[in-house]
Amino acid sequence: MVSGGLYTICACGEKILEMEKEVADRNNREGMMGWLNPRRYGWERVSYWLQRLTGVGLLAYFIAHIYETSQIAGGPALWEAFLELTQTTLGHIILIVVIGMCVYHSANGIRLIFVHGGKGLGKPGRPDYPYDAVSLNYRQKSGIWIALILALVAMLYGASVLFGGE
Amino acid sequence: MTEQLIEKIETMEKKHEKEKHQREKEYPKSSLTLKIYRANRRAGESPHYDRIEVPVQRWTTVLDALLYAKAYKDQSIGIRYSCRMASCGSCGMKINGIPRLACYTKVSELQGREITVEPLSNFPHIRDLVTDFSQFFAHHHNVEPYIQNDIADMQEKNKLTEFIQTPEDVDKYLQFSYCIKCGLCYSACPTVATDTQFAGPQALSQAYRYFIDNRDTAPKERLNLVDNRHGIWRCHFAGSCSAVCPKGVDPALGIQLLRGHLLGYSKNEKKVAELEERQKRD
Repeated sequence: MVSGGLYTICACGEKILEMEKEVADRNNREGMMGWLNPRRYGWERVSYWLQRLTGVGLLAYFIAHIYETSQIAGGPALWEAFLELTQTTLGHIILIVVIGMCVYHSANGIRLIFVHGGKGLGKPGRPDYPYDAVSLNYRQKSGIWIALILALVAMLYGASVLFGGE
Repeated sequence: MTEQLIEKIETMEKKHEKEKHQREKEYPKSSLTLKIYRANRRAGESPHYDRIEVPVQRWTTVLDALLYAKAYKDQSIGIRYSCRMASCGSCGMKINGIPRLACYTKVSELQGREITVEPLSNFPHIRDLVTDFSQFFAHHHNVEPYIQNDIADMQEKNKLTEFIQTPEDVDKYLQFSYCIKCGLCYSACPTVATDTQFAGPQALSQAYRYFIDNRDTAPKERLNLVDNRHGIWRCHFAGSCSAVCPKGVDPALGIQLLRGHLLGYSKNEKKVAELEERQKRD
């Protein structure tokens, strides 16, 4: 019977790690290079790639934002000077990209919350030729497209406010 | 007499030529170039590509083309294959950058006059197009891919129990049991590409296959096996595994459904049945 728990998991993990060391000289793992061509496997892979990219982008923005707001501790003059950076053309472009990343990551994230629990994927059945996967259905693809369209609309709105508000 | 004979032979030759031309018109023959990855790292041979021209027809598969190249152009090409009908899962390789079965991919469905064939990614390389499946099988073994049932005692024949399943019960796991362990999903998975301890789509979908089978009585233990930081939580639903699966197993579906049970999205029918049974007893 299955022993389960941490011991089994660790034992299996160590075994796999040992096997990995044995074949280190002929390792053929794609690594992060495998992510660089997301078009090979369809929209779901594009969505996966964008979700990661926007996640890292938002983390970078979050750190920069914390640094930006911490400048207020140096006095109003320093704060005003730093705020001026966001009023430049480059600052506006960065903010528009951040708006796009935020909207895409949120909208696609909501889709993933359901999908990761098996909701909206369809039911298992008896596969027939040409064996189209039910989990890669048009509901999922539509979710990805809607997230992309929402991000684009938000970016356009942001651009109209930032560049056309004068 | 001699002139007549020569004339007759010439007529026959012309007729034969005409027939040959007609046959070629009906079944157009052409050729393409196979760009084959060659390497034997253990022997110190550095990776390179060999280009081999092979004749092909409309129905030629990539495996046919490779076997032609091996038979008539270069006998040293390392390739693994067996059934030639997408049943054994031996001839998995990257064809034009995408993991596919060579016997299941016709050259006519590929674009361009050059086909690039490479060994599957994420598997340790052995030689040329052959990869090592030891880790892949170890992950499969780790999820304990067999029915576990405390009630059935297989040692005593008198105690053997018949498991009655409805077609609906069978439909829940049938497609996942069609897995031929070809490794295409493992090769396509972006998480496997970066996490050596991640079980991969094949093993996780097999965990679901046995979890949802109502003959199995160890669902909690199965969930424990995949509920760890290199387990089911590392799947981010890139869907690549299902996109490349040649048998319609749809591993991504199995993984998400299994995670649904872990997250409590899906009701665990076995657990509900157990609780109902306990209520009756009490």
